[in-house]
Amino acid sequence: MSEEGPKEYAYFLGCITPNRYPGIEAATKKIFKEFGIETKEMIGASCCPAPGVFGSFDLYTWLPIAARNLAIAEEMGLEIYVTCNGCYGSLQEADHLLKGNPKLKAKVNEILGKAGREFKGTTKVHHSISVMHDQIGLDALKEKVTKPMKDVNVAIHYGCHFLKPSEVRGHGSSETPYILEDIVKAIGAKEAVYKDKLMCCGAGGGVRTADTPTSLEWTRQKLVNMIEMGADCVIHPCAFCHLQLDRGQYEINKAFGTNFNMPVLFALQLVGLAMGMSVKELGLDQQTTTMSEKLLK
Amino acid sequence: MATLKEELIEWGGGVFGDEHMETLLSCVQCGKCTGGCPSGRITALRTRKLFRMAQEDMRDEIFNAPELWYCTTCYTCYERCPKGVKCTDIIRAIRNLAAKEGHMSVPHRKIGVYTLKTGHGVPIGPDQMKIREAVGLESQPPTTQKYKEQLEQVQIIFKETGFDKLIDFDWEKMDLKEAEAKK
Repeated sequence: MSEEGPKEYAYFLGCITPNRYPGIEAATKKIFKEFGIETKEMIGASCCPAPGVFGSFDLYTWLPIAARNLAIAEEMGLEIYVTCNGCYGSLQEADHLLKGNPKLKAKVNEILGKAGREFKGTTKVHHSISVMHDQIGLDALKEKVTKPMKDVNVAIHYGCHFLKPSEVRGHGSSETPYILEDIVKAIGAKEAVYKDKLMCCGAGGGVRTADTPTSLEWTRQKLVNMIEMGADCVIHPCAFCHLQLDRGQYEINKAFGTNFNMPVLFALQLVGLAMGMSVKELGLDQQTTTMSEKLLK
Repeated sequence: MATLKEELIEWGGGVFGDEHMETLLSCVQCGKCTGGCPSGRITALRTRKLFRMAQEDMRDEIFNAPELWYCTTCYTCYERCPKGVKCTDIIRAIRNLAAKEGHMSVPHRKIGVYTLKTGHGVPIGPDQMKIREAVGLESQPPTTQKYKEQLEQVQIIFKETGFDKLIDFDWEKMDLKEAEAKK
C-alpha cells in the first residue's frame, strides 16, 4: 500500500449503482477484496441525496438526509467509500459543512434526533477511485495486472463532483487532473485525449430529469469528440455519468438516428478486465453498450 | 421586505456561511462564468445575467426564468471565477427560493415523490433485481427501500423539514396532489 488507510470501509451505495448498474458494485467489492480491503454494507442508507437536485430544491432537507447517511457509517465506526460522484459530492460536502459549523450541526442533530440518529463528525468520505489511486497505489495495481490493456485508447470522463469544488475535494487542480490518467497508464493502456474532456456529461443538477433531450445533446457532443480521437472506450468515476453515457447512447441513437456503441466502464471495471476478471463478473454484459473484442483480448 | 440578495445571503448563509454567499456582491460582470459554461453553449443559461438579476432584486424575472434550471451544477464557473464568487452554491440558493415560491417542475417534484416513498431518487424494480442476482449480489440492496423502519426515519426528516409540503405531497395517495400531477 502506498498510503496508510483503513483495511475496512463502509460502502455507501446510493441509488444508481445498486439499482441500475450493480456491476459497478460487484466490481468494486471484488477488486478491493483482491487488495485486502474489506467492504461492509450500510444498513438503512438512503439516497445521498443528490447534491445538485435536492440541494437545488431545499438545502435544509438535503443536509439532514445526507447527515443521516453519515451517521450510519459513524455508528459502524468506519470511513466511507462511494462509487458515484453525486454521492461523493453530497456526503463529503455535508460532512465538511457540519464539521466546520457547530451551530449548523446542532440544528441538524435536532432533526436527526427525531429519527433516532446523531451526526458526531467521526467518519470520513472517500471516493473508491482515490482509494485505488492513493491508498492501494499504482505499484500494487501494476502487480495485479495480468491482461495489460495494450493498444487500447481510453477516453477519460471525470464528471464534475469528483474534482470540484477542488477546495473541498482535495484532488489538486480541477483543470489538470491526474488520478484516472495514472490508472490508465498503470493498466498498460493509452489515453485518448479529446476536446472538452473535462466537460460535464449533461445529466446533473436536475437537467436530465427536467429536459432529457437537452442533456443528451451534451453527451452526444462528448461522444463525437471521443470518437474523433480514436477512443476504444470511455471510463469514468461516477454511476450517474455511467447512466447518462451508457443508457444515454440508446436514447441518443433513437433521438438523433445515430449508431453509437462506445463501451462505457466505471474505471474499476476496466481495472477488473486488466486483472483478468470476466465481463460477466463485472456486470458489463448487463448494460446498453457492449464491450469490443479489443478490450477483451 | 428584504431584497433578493439579502434573502439569498440569509438563506444560503445558514448552510454555507454568510461570507460564502456575500461573494455574490463581488460579481463585476466579467462573464468568465458564462464563457466557460457548458450549458450556456446549448441553452439560454447566462450565469452572469442571473447574478446581475439577483443583485438588482429582479425577483419575479429570475424565479420565472426557465434557464435557472439548466445549470448542471458542474462547478466550472465556481472554480474559475476571478472574484471568488461561489457561483454554483448561489445558483442552488436561488433555486431554493424559487422552489419555495412554487416554481418547481413536475418531473422535479416526482424525484421527491420517489424519495419520500422509497428513500431513493432512483428506486429499484423487479428487472434490476434480476441484474443484481446475475452479478452475484443480493436481489435487493440493504437500503431504505428494503427496510420499512429505516425508510420511516427518512420520512420523519422529510416531514420535519417540510419537504413534503414543498413538493405538494399527499401522504394518503403517496403521490403529488392531483392538481399538481396534472400540470
